[in-house]
Amino acid sequence: MNTIVIVGASLAGLRGAEMLRREGYEGRIVLIGAEQHLPYDRPPLSKQFLAGSMDWENVTLRADDGLDVDWRLATRATGLDLQRRVVNVESGGSAEDVSFDGLLIATGAHPRMLPGLPELDGVFVLRTADDCLALRDALAAGPRVAVVGAGFIGSEVAATCHGRGLDVTVIEALPVPLGRAIGEDLGRRCAQLHRDHGVDLRLGVGVDGLVGTGRVEGVRLADGSVIPADVVVIGVGVAPTTGWLEGSGLDLADGVRCDQWCRALAGGQPVPGVVAAGDVARWDHPGLGEAIRVEHWTNAVEQGQAAAQVLLHGTAAPTFDPVPYFWSDQYDTKIQFVGRTGPDIMVVDGSLDDDRFVVAYGRDGRLVGALGFSRPAVVMKHRALIASGTEFPARM
Amino acid sequence: MRVIVDFDVCQSNALCMTAAPEVFEVRDDGFLYVLNETPDESLRDKVLEAKRLCPTQAITVED
Repeated sequence: MNTIVIVGASLAGLRGAEMLRREGYEGRIVLIGAEQHLPYDRPPLSKQFLAGSMDWENVTLRADDGLDVDWRLATRATGLDLQRRVVNVESGGSAEDVSFDGLLIATGAHPRMLPGLPELDGVFVLRTADDCLALRDALAAGPRVAVVGAGFIGSEVAATCHGRGLDVTVIEALPVPLGRAIGEDLGRRCAQLHRDHGVDLRLGVGVDGLVGTGRVEGVRLADGSVIPADVVVIGVGVAPTTGWLEGSGLDLADGVRCDQWCRALAGGQPVPGVVAAGDVARWDHPGLGEAIRVEHWTNAVEQGQAAAQVLLHGTAAPTFDPVPYFWSDQYDTKIQFVGRTGPDIMVVDGSLDDDRFVVAYGRDGRLVGALGFSRPAVVMKHRALIASGTEFPARM
Repeated sequence: MRVIVDFDVCQSNALCMTAAPEVFEVRDDGFLYVLNETPDESLRDKVLEAKRLCPTQAITVED
């Protein structure tokens, strides 16, 4: 293998490139990134970098020393030709084909928009560094802020804006925040976190539209009421960035469909030398027995590394079988989650009325997940317990 | 090999502890303790994995 092309110059792509070198690959690595920036870390964009308490230098991802990569930044992949084994790219108005022997697809995801919203100044999404800088500039004027969506991004943006002393309203169409990710009971606890800090949380109400001409003046809700706002942040989730793969022959189903080794599938069969990792990949998780796509930081690191090993070693490399993990910092609380939710819930540390506690999730007598508020050590012990197939309730 | 943690940056996510429990321990007080600042070479891969998994890039490894 002489040339490995990595499309997507963010966390999964960078950690994949590093793994190729660690495994002794000495050929060419081409790293293609749509943004102008070298790889950077996205979690601070809704937290410390948005708050203004972290420098750009600390947002930039550090790469292994001596990582020899042919960077192609501000370069957008526009297509994939599996017959000729080239990635079509576009940069500064000129098109080019980049040949590969091996390909790692790591194009991540992009924010969803609410359909039918007018183009108004003062309306933001948050995914890239440039998105963050634009929002940060707008927050400096001391606006009233409305956040649409109480998922991770929306909740963190609300907490950060609150920390900057701004009036914040959060609007969520579902009955609790984060219900799909952590279950209804704990979602209710996260709602309490917002309210404890005086953030106005409107649950179970959809957005009907935006008010204003030229510049946003408020959010009109489905019940007809209007939330006045100078800045509106839309945080209603992301969609995998697979538009450039349409017509390539790869199986696309809310992400790039992959097998247990993260090998991209076409017609249900793995394509030789093509893998995917990070937010864009929907792979057959061996332990769960279903295809999942994970939009979290740790998964991008681990899957980028795993997919790189598969490029070099094929199915002699391990399948990708992680216990998912994510964290979210909101106000002064560190929310951490490992595994997945289950129908059975038990408080294993502290109490839900406390600022600090841990809840375990069980399914069919097995421990399948855990969630903690500001109890990192206890949560992380559960990651190992879940991986080893511990019974529920777990004996600690 | 010397392990250095920037405690101004560390947020006790405790992922380092899952990668290299011989070296990193987040205790019940919520703080990270480095159990061994100069771990044995045999732990190098684990320590480097801990460094990569740290969400705040708080870990540095010097030779």
